Amino acid sequence: MQCDHCGERPAAIHLTQIVNNSVTTLHLCEACAAEKGVQTGASVAKFPLSDFLASMGKGAAGALPATTDDTPCGFCGATLKDFRDAGRLGCPHCYASFERHLRDLLRRLHGSSQHVGEVYLPPEAAAAVSGAPAGRGHLGELRDQLRRAVEAENFELAAELRDQIRVLDDH
Amino acid sequence: MTIDLSLLPDGGISWADASGPDGHIVLSTRIRLARNLQATVFTTRARDQDRERIREQVVGASREAKSLADAAVFRVEGLDRADRQLLYERHLISKELAGLEAGGAVRPGAALVLGGDIGVMVNEEDHLRMQSLHSGFALQRAYAALERLDGELGARLPFAFHPEFGYLTACPTNAGTGLRASVLIHLPGLVLTKEIAKVLQGLSQVGLTFRGLYGEGSEVVGNFFQLSNQTTLGKSEEELLDHLGKIVRQVIEYEEQARQVLLRDAPSVIEDKVWRAYGLLRYARSLSFEETMNLLSGVRLGVGLNLIKDLGVYTLNKLMIFTQPAHLAYVAGRALADPDLAIARATFVRRSLEDEAGRIRPQAN
Ligand SMILES: [Zn+2]
Ligand SMILES: [Zn+2]
Repeated sequence: MQCDHCGERPAAIHLTQIVNNSVTTLHLCEACAAEKGVQTGASVAKFPLSDFLASMGKGAAGALPATTDDTPCGFCGATLKDFRDAGRLGCPHCYASFERHLRDLLRRLHGSSQHVGEVYLPPEAAAAVSGAPAGRGHLGELRDQLRRAVEAENFELAAELRDQIRVLDDH
Repeated sequence: MTIDLSLLPDGGISWADASGPDGHIVLSTRIRLARNLQATVFTTRARDQDRERIREQVVGASREAKSLADAAVFRVEGLDRADRQLLYERHLISKELAGLEAGGAVRPGAALVLGGDIGVMVNEEDHLRMQSLHSGFALQRAYAALERLDGELGARLPFAFHPEFGYLTACPTNAGTGLRASVLIHLPGLVLTKEIAKVLQGLSQVGLTFRGLYGEGSEVVGNFFQLSNQTTLGKSEEELLDHLGKIVRQVIEYEEQARQVLLRDAPSVIEDKVWRAYGLLRYARSLSFEETMNLLSGVRLGVGLNLIKDLGVYTLNKLMIFTQPAHLAYVAGRALADPDLAIARATFVRRSLEDEAGRIRPQAN
C-alpha cells in the first residue's frame, strides 16, 4: 500500500479519523507522518488514559485559575483546593458551587460542557405530575410532563421541566 | 464468609462463553453508568454512616428492580481477601471497591449486587456504578440491559442530575452520560505485524483510550486490549456507542487483514508458533500467569486461523480466568504461592486441554 500523501513510499502508519460521521483511514509513510506531526514508534506505546488522568489531576484541576477564592461548597464544605488535591469533587452540589470553574474544566476535558444524552426526572418531581414516569426520558415525554404540570398549576416543576426542554431544544 | 460460586448466576462468567458476535477476536463488551444520589456527599468524602445509608438505599432499590431479580448481594467488608480477589479475577468488581489496590482497604459501606451479566457496585468512587458485561462484540445488547436497569433504579432513587452538565459524578471526567463502554479485544495479528502502535496511536486521535487486560494502569498481557470512550459529555449515549462501535469494527478489520498477511507471508512461522504455544500449554509442568496468557494468545490465534481445530474459544477464555491465583487457590482449597502456584497452574491447564485433546491433532500437510 502506497502513502496517501506522497504516493511514493510504502504506507506505514494508518490513522483512523471520523469525518462527517464516517470513518476514514489515512495511510501514510513514516516520513509524511513525521511531517504531519504524527508520533511514531515507542512514543506511542504508553497509556494515554494514565497521561490523561495525570494531566487531569495536575494539569486540568491545576489549570483551574489559581484563585484566592476559597469559598467552600455550601453543601459539603469542600473547596476548589480540595478538588485540586484529591481530583474528586465533594458532592453533586459542588458543580453549582464552582460552576464557572467546572464549566471551563468540562469543556477542556470533553470538548463541551453541555449534556445531550438522556434527561432525568427524579422520583419526587415525577410524583408531582400524576402518571409521569420517573427516570430517564425523551423530549416528547418531557413536553407531556410540562403540559400536565401546567394544568396542575405546579409551576415550580413546570419551570424545571421548561429548563430541561430548553437545554435539549438547543441541540 | 466464603463465596459459593455456584450461587452466582452462570457462576459469573457468562461474559466469557464466546457466544457473542466476533467472539474469536472480541472477548467481551462491558458498559458502565456512573450515578450519584442527590444531596448526598460523594463516596470518598462521605462519613461511614453516610455510606451505610447509601448502601441501604441502593441495595433496597436493587431488590425491587426486575433486572436484578436473581441477583446476589454482597457486603464487600464481609468477604475475605481471597473471595474479593476471586470476584476481581472474574471482572465482577473493580480493584478499588475490592480493596485490592496497593495499600488499599475495603471502604465501609462497599457493596456489590450481582445479577447474571448485570450488576451494581455500591460506594465505588460514585455511589452507583451499574455495569453490564456481555460475551463478544455486543455494545447494543449490553447497553439495552443497562438502560433498563438505569430506568428501574432511577425511578426509585433520586439521581443527581444537572440540566447543563448531565449526571453529576465525583470526577468530572465521567460527568454527563456517566457512560464508559469498553471492548476487550485480542490483537495478536497487529502485534506480530508490528502495526499495533500505529493503530493505538490512531485510537487516541479519535477520542478512544486503550488499556491492558485488567483495566486502568495495568500492563498489556496476552495481546489483549481494552478499548473505550474517553469523553462522556457533549455526546448522547447512542453517539458514544456508535462512535466506539465503528472504530472497533475498523480495528477488527485491521486485525483480520494482519492475520491474512501473516498467513500469506509467513505461514510456516505462524504455524510453528501456534503449535509450539499449544505444545507448551499441553505439557509444561510449571507456568507463570504471564507466560500462560501469552501462550493462550498464540493458541487462540491458531484457533482463529483454523490451524487448530476442535478446540473451543470458550475453553481458552475459561483458562484465562481460572489460571489466575485466586482461582487456582479456590480449586486447591488453600492459599498457594510459587512454586506451587505455577505447578498448580500448569496442572490445571494440562488437564483442561487433555479433556479436549483426543479431538485435536496437527494436520499432516
Ligand atoms: Zn508519504
Ligand atoms: Zn460540595
